[in-house]
Amino acid sequence: MKVIWLIPLLPGIGAAVTGLVGIRFFSKAQTALVACGSMTLAAFLSIYAFIQLLALPSEARVYDVVVASWIPAMPLETAGGMGAFAVDWAFRLDPLSGMMILVVSGIGLLIHVYSTSYMHGESAAGYARFFCYLNLFCFFMLTLVLGANLLVMFVGWEGVGLCSYLLIGFWYHKQSATDAGKKAFLVNRIGDWGFVLGIFLVFFTFGTIDFHEVMVSAAAMPIEATEFGVISLICLLLFVGATGKSAQIPLHIWLPDAMEGPTPVSALIHAATMVTAGVYMVCRNAVLFTHAPMVMTIVAIIGALTALMAASIGLLQTDIKRVLAYSTVSQLGYMFMATGVGAFGAAAFHLMTHAFFKALLFLGSGSVIHAMDDEQDMRRMGGLKMYMPVTFVTMLVGTLAIAGIPPFAGFFSKDEILFQTFLHNRALWVVAVVTAGMTAFYMFRLMAMTFYGEYRGPAWEDAADHGGAERPGIDTENEVDRSRGHGAWHGPHESPPPVTGPLMVLAVGAIVAGFVGIPAALGGGNAIEHFLEPSFTAGVGPAVGEASEVVAIESAAIHSNSHATELGLMVLSILVALGGVALAHRLYLKRPELAEAWRARWTGVHRLLLNKYYVDELYHGTVVRGTMSGGRGLWRFDGRVVDGAVNGSSWLTIVASWCSGLFDRYVVDGAVNLVGWSASESSFSLRRIQTGLIQNYALIMLFGVFVFVSMYLLIS
Amino acid sequence: MLEITPSHYMVLSAALFMIGVIGVMVRRNIIIIFMSIELMLNAVNVNLAAFSQQWQHVTGQVFAIFVIAVAAAEAAVGLGIILAFYRNKETVNIDEMNVMRW
Repeated sequence: MKVIWLIPLLPGIGAAVTGLVGIRFFSKAQTALVACGSMTLAAFLSIYAFIQLLALPSEARVYDVVVASWIPAMPLETAGGMGAFAVDWAFRLDPLSGMMILVVSGIGLLIHVYSTSYMHGESAAGYARFFCYLNLFCFFMLTLVLGANLLVMFVGWEGVGLCSYLLIGFWYHKQSATDAGKKAFLVNRIGDWGFVLGIFLVFFTFGTIDFHEVMVSAAAMPIEATEFGVISLICLLLFVGATGKSAQIPLHIWLPDAMEGPTPVSALIHAATMVTAGVYMVCRNAVLFTHAPMVMTIVAIIGALTALMAASIGLLQTDIKRVLAYSTVSQLGYMFMATGVGAFGAAAFHLMTHAFFKALLFLGSGSVIHAMDDEQDMRRMGGLKMYMPVTFVTMLVGTLAIAGIPPFAGFFSKDEILFQTFLHNRALWVVAVVTAGMTAFYMFRLMAMTFYGEYRGPAWEDAADHGGAERPGIDTENEVDRSRGHGAWHGPHESPPPVTGPLMVLAVGAIVAGFVGIPAALGGGNAIEHFLEPSFTAGVGPAVGEASEVVAIESAAIHSNSHATELGLMVLSILVALGGVALAHRLYLKRPELAEAWRARWTGVHRLLLNKYYVDELYHGTVVRGTMSGGRGLWRFDGRVVDGAVNGSSWLTIVASWCSGLFDRYVVDGAVNLVGWSASESSFSLRRIQTGLIQNYALIMLFGVFVFVSMYLLIS
Repeated sequence: MLEITPSHYMVLSAALFMIGVIGVMVRRNIIIIFMSIELMLNAVNVNLAAFSQQWQHVTGQVFAIFVIAVAAAEAAVGLGIILAFYRNKETVNIDEMNVMRW
């Protein structure tokens, strides 16, 4: 399987073709063919590679491919003397990246298919541009997950950030969209700063940036249980990168705004794949993190806080995509909490199941938005169940999955996280359970407001033969068929097959994806975690490092706890989820007046949640305002001091030259004129003797002759 | 019979010279001034001839002939100048000839 580098390259070629040729010359069908074709090939190649990987014995499941040398070895200082900094374009397929390429290429393909219909309203050029970005994103994301060293991963990391920026601002004529794109880009820069510093420090410490070599070196180092050493610092910096990309506190603010992008983008980038890159990166460096327990604690706490905070904000959002966005932030918090307690397998497992059901939910919301003629406010929806049955059923599956109702996918992964957290830290577990309840509540609130109850949207003009304007309650099957299509809006309608197809596939995924990780307590083998485990330990074969000891201790702890505890926790979490569902049902379907009463009762809390804890305002007040006023201050400094100095020096030159001009004119010229003047004045009297009269001259001559002759005579 | 000695010649010569000098000094007509100059030259010639006779040496007479030749040339040039001047100024009064001054 030496061609795994083709997996990222295929979408890259697709992006190049649609971008360079397609925007000018392709019709929509050609663009869709190229984009989806390249993704299909990549997906099949991924599956093939994964099957090949599975065929190997579990401890040898790794493929290394070096495509080319990127940075030839150059001497660079490291902690252990002079090292050689060499980077290859190296790709590595191991269980973790194998799972990731399946998720990225599989869900990526589904979303490409979905977009062929969803983006149909664009012009052919815009259509090609969209698919160019989308393909480019897949290229970078696959590079990110397949990269065998930190720098290749960083290329993908930055690339997906760029594509995220481009796609959030895809509708660039919309001010809010371009603003959101900029915000995402800038906030991600802060995280990337940490990531880059982390890479520097990794090289400085270990003399290499290859994941495997770093793991082996790190495994040989002592666990920094008490002091905050260099590994802890590395992990903290890497985690800063992860918070930026994965929207954790305090860098979570960009993700909800990113919903300005087209819905398929939200599904692919801001739910299923890119935002999970942070979790992936932490899992990828699992050995480093297990050697830094203090940072692990920080990761767990930040994850738990993010989960709780985002879920609580999600309770009151009315924009269907924003609810899902906060839900995504919350679920990412879950994953970080899992990594923080050392459950990397559970985190990766949840990452995978989350990719399925969250992509499903976003695509479903896209279908709803499309059906409602680009309406995103849930208060203007309602009762859509009968208009769009496929969307309804698939979204219900996704909702059950995220709420953690068995046997849907989210149940297994979430429960694994809850169980691991329970073993590790009870306080975090309580937070996680509360979050789980909130998740169930806001997701069913979303379902209730969107699909149940009365239709609250705008009326629509319709052909007279079916009374769509008469509001719900009619036999709809017929009507749905007729109102499907484009052009003038004829009321909510089911979406065409390219949209519903991916929804159905993802719904199946959201049901079965969890079965790979049925815990031992339920008689399963927890296959996914055993499959992934080689990626989280340093050793090849029987591991010897201390990290594997930790893993061994953990697994021993797991086994020592009776399955009864795990079952009890499961029942409890199911009850909590059902409680959330029941509350949503009560507040939004049975007794809507109760919701009003509660809102009146807790005005302060309500306002706090509605304004997202004022984090945006806080940042605006401090960071943004600070930067702006700092810039303005510097501008003023420029204007006053720098310009003043320049102008002052020029003024000084003018004055000095004016003075020297005066000196020239009066002193130097004066001296010269004085000489001429004195000569002319002194010659004034003498020139009188030149009369021009010859006889005068003759007389004087005669006189002179007399004088000389007489002197001659007298003297001799 | 009174013998004519060099002293007589010299007196004659001095007299002629003084007449010429006074003529140059006091007359205003440039032609007259010119004639007075000729008179002074001829006073010199008398002296040259007298001393040549006295010393029985021909050099003085040769010199006198040279002086006459130079005087002839001078008269030609001088008269030319006077003619040119007269054409410009319509006068030969030396008081009018005062442009060569400061």
